[in-house]
Amino acid sequence: MSTTPADALHLEQPGFGHAAEHHADHKPGFFVRWFMSTNHKDIGTLYLIFAITAGIIGGSISGIMRWELMEPGIQVLNRAWPLGAGTANFDEWTHHWNALITAHGLIMVFFMVMPAMMGGFGNWFVPLMIGAPDMAFPRMNNISFWMLVPAFILLLGSTFVSGGTGPGAGTGWTLYAPLSTSGSPGAAVDMVIFSIHLAGVSSILGAINFITTIFNMRAPGMTLHKMPLFVWSVLVTAFLLLLALPVLAGAITMLLTDRNFQTTFFDASGGGDVVLYQHLFWFFGHPEVYIMILPGFGIISQVVSTFSRKPVFGYLGMAYAMVAIGVVGFVVWAHHMFVTGMSLDTKMYFTAATMIIAVPTGVKIFSWIATMWGGSLTFETPMLFAIGFIFLFTIGGVTGVVLANGGVDTYMTDTYYVVAHFHYVLSLGAVFSLFAGFYYWFGKMSGRMYNEFLGKVHFFLMFIGVNLIFFPQHFLGLDGMPRRIPDYTPAFAEWNYVSTVGYMITAAAMGVFFVNLFWSLAAGKKAIGNYWGPSATTLEWTLPSPPPFHQFETLPKID
Amino acid sequence: MKLFGWAIALAAAMAAPAAAQAVNAAGPASATTTTAAPATTALASDQAATQSFQYDAPTPGIGEPVPGGWSTQKQVTEVGQSAADFHNYWLLTVCALICAVVLALLIFVIVRYRRGANPEPSRTSHNTVIEVIWTVIPVLILVAIAIPSIRLMRAQYAFPKADLTVKVVGNQWYWTYDYPDNGGIEIVSNILKEKDDPTLRKGERYRTDADGPPLLAVDERMVIPAGKVVKFIVTSNDVIHSFAMPSFWTKIDANPGMLNETWVKVDRPGVYFGQCSELCGARHGYMPIVIDVVTPERFAQWIASKGGTMPGATQAAAPAGATVAPAPAVAATGTPPEAQPIPTTSTAVNGAATND
Repeated sequence: MSTTPADALHLEQPGFGHAAEHHADHKPGFFVRWFMSTNHKDIGTLYLIFAITAGIIGGSISGIMRWELMEPGIQVLNRAWPLGAGTANFDEWTHHWNALITAHGLIMVFFMVMPAMMGGFGNWFVPLMIGAPDMAFPRMNNISFWMLVPAFILLLGSTFVSGGTGPGAGTGWTLYAPLSTSGSPGAAVDMVIFSIHLAGVSSILGAINFITTIFNMRAPGMTLHKMPLFVWSVLVTAFLLLLALPVLAGAITMLLTDRNFQTTFFDASGGGDVVLYQHLFWFFGHPEVYIMILPGFGIISQVVSTFSRKPVFGYLGMAYAMVAIGVVGFVVWAHHMFVTGMSLDTKMYFTAATMIIAVPTGVKIFSWIATMWGGSLTFETPMLFAIGFIFLFTIGGVTGVVLANGGVDTYMTDTYYVVAHFHYVLSLGAVFSLFAGFYYWFGKMSGRMYNEFLGKVHFFLMFIGVNLIFFPQHFLGLDGMPRRIPDYTPAFAEWNYVSTVGYMITAAAMGVFFVNLFWSLAAGKKAIGNYWGPSATTLEWTLPSPPPFHQFETLPKID
Repeated sequence: MKLFGWAIALAAAMAAPAAAQAVNAAGPASATTTTAAPATTALASDQAATQSFQYDAPTPGIGEPVPGGWSTQKQVTEVGQSAADFHNYWLLTVCALICAVVLALLIFVIVRYRRGANPEPSRTSHNTVIEVIWTVIPVLILVAIAIPSIRLMRAQYAFPKADLTVKVVGNQWYWTYDYPDNGGIEIVSNILKEKDDPTLRKGERYRTDADGPPLLAVDERMVIPAGKVVKFIVTSNDVIHSFAMPSFWTKIDANPGMLNETWVKVDRPGVYFGQCSELCGARHGYMPIVIDVVTPERFAQWIASKGGTMPGATQAAAPAGATVAPAPAVAATGTPPEAQPIPTTSTAVNGAATND
């Protein structure tokens, strides 16, 4: 998209990074730098640290879940907290299960994927890629991050207070009324609602910041149609956040007043409607799944282009495919609700609309392959994760087309088939793109190279592990196993065992990742400015690694 | 879901006589049998109601999950069979082909265009023809999926004239099944505990293999006649539950304050197992659904054993309308001696709202 402009280079020549650092940087002291930060790169780093921390907690929770589901019977939920309820009461064990699934879902969505994608990589690389010195609203950027911290504390804190049958909110991440209203006395659900409010405000402010930055702070010559696809993906995602999150905020505020102020928005005895909540939730919830995956699409485009040594194939098609996914993503929400009792016509509409999304998604998949076609491919860790992403996202995509059929979904919905589907697009899709981006930019962000061997070990272990976890879950769903149950009839034992073995392999892969992370931070090879070579064409590669505290004091010009 | 006028009338009629007590506290432990309200009419007495009914034994592999199974459960309804065929023979094939094509392309580019084999990359970044092709072909594939898909949905929503109506009510954490056509008998269906369950009370009935697999067996099954169109009217007394029967390809949410409906026509007699499929609180995983499909003759026997009446007999005994009103007339037959009567579950539907 952009060739390296000459006058960008005179300030920050790759290879002369440490010399430039001395006079360009006015780094504040530790506290001011990290706790009162207005620097997009530092805030991006804070977001990444936050997301990794939340990912460890959310991933550990899934470990407890897989351990419990390894065999029929209750083996773990009767143990000490946090593995189990820590009591002898059966209902508290099963409530603890519900608290675990709720926490896992909310943490992974709101506190791992979203902060990593938008907060982490978005903050780090949107200004760098469009040639801007920083985000448009640096202080708002800071409060966006710092609102996530109390939000996360509220969510974790909710597990210590009563949620009805036991401690913690046992409603599932969807917080369906009336289970989340009259069905869950105690403060836990209120805390979760406040937590989502805060996280939502954080994301809305972040979205405003990204939109303003991308529309107003592009370097001279950086037209919208020359922006790197990662910036396009963040722009589309920011619009989705801006339009979807207020609806969620409204819905959960109505939950809050139903819970505490005797309103009856979702209570039929007072004229309300339980299905209304589901409509509001999924009007947010479906764009939300694109919020989680679109920045990943952008990352994959950058990575595939770099390691194919070719420009992205069909750039405009790729950009507008994301716009199309974003737009259509707003009018398909009720495919999550096919068995709530909707009319035939409604069901047919949502079936058809949902299937249409497969078309722009297919354009993206084929364009990535076409980018590789004719290229000169090398297979560094980011590229491995990108190729893994393309294949696994395809699997998650085709099962999505299966589920889009309202008549077929009758059987699949609320079974493990759905669990398998959305983990293929999220746990394997979004997370693979996160790792692709992390390895791709690790040297740029930290100034040190990751260990290629450990990176490859991480990829192959994780590829095997996650497929072992989630592929058998398709079988469990087809065999009839419902979601969100802590115990199952012995017929489901075989595939659940395989799934848990897959978790162990994935956990080992994550161990390799963390060894690589800490080893590289401490002793990794120093990274040069553009360590991927001439095929890495976006503006961040014109800067040293790590970039100076303030970059682009003279704006680069794009021809 | 269209709300039919008679559904409102039915709900109102059933709500009226019910004692309308809340029995949410009655968990699996205390509710072990059908409602044992005292018989207040003579309806039950002339039905040879005291005979016990022999329930079917489950057939391994049919109506229940298959150990290590990796495909849809065997379907026993016509709609379910067509849905399963659509999924297994058409959707799955298309999915597998798409994945195979993507995988083949990926392997091809990985091998053919690795740096060792192709050191000089091309600069091609546009090809309008190929871009049009990979937009249009997916559209055609989707149309080829959408047409049978819409046909399937039409079949599911066909709602033929019902021979029998069963009102299904979800509760935390058990199901109740009302038979308004059969004297308004009500079945309370709780999970059966295992023999070695420490919470099993003395004398409480535990699960045997004749009841079904662990966690899927219940004390009182729903019984419906084979070869007849059965309409389920589904609602809930507390939170949202979901009434699911995989081998019928049936699933419909039980929403409090709303009446949902679906229908089945099962030709094969046998026992079928399902589970609540919407998170409904602590014991969400412990409220299975068991439907025993029997011949119409045996269905009449079962109704009689529960103290109910068959519609024809009812018509002769009393004028229409009057038969529904004394609904609590349920004989306490087939009740194990240790069972405690529990109050009739309220079938009142708050507001009777629908999403028409």
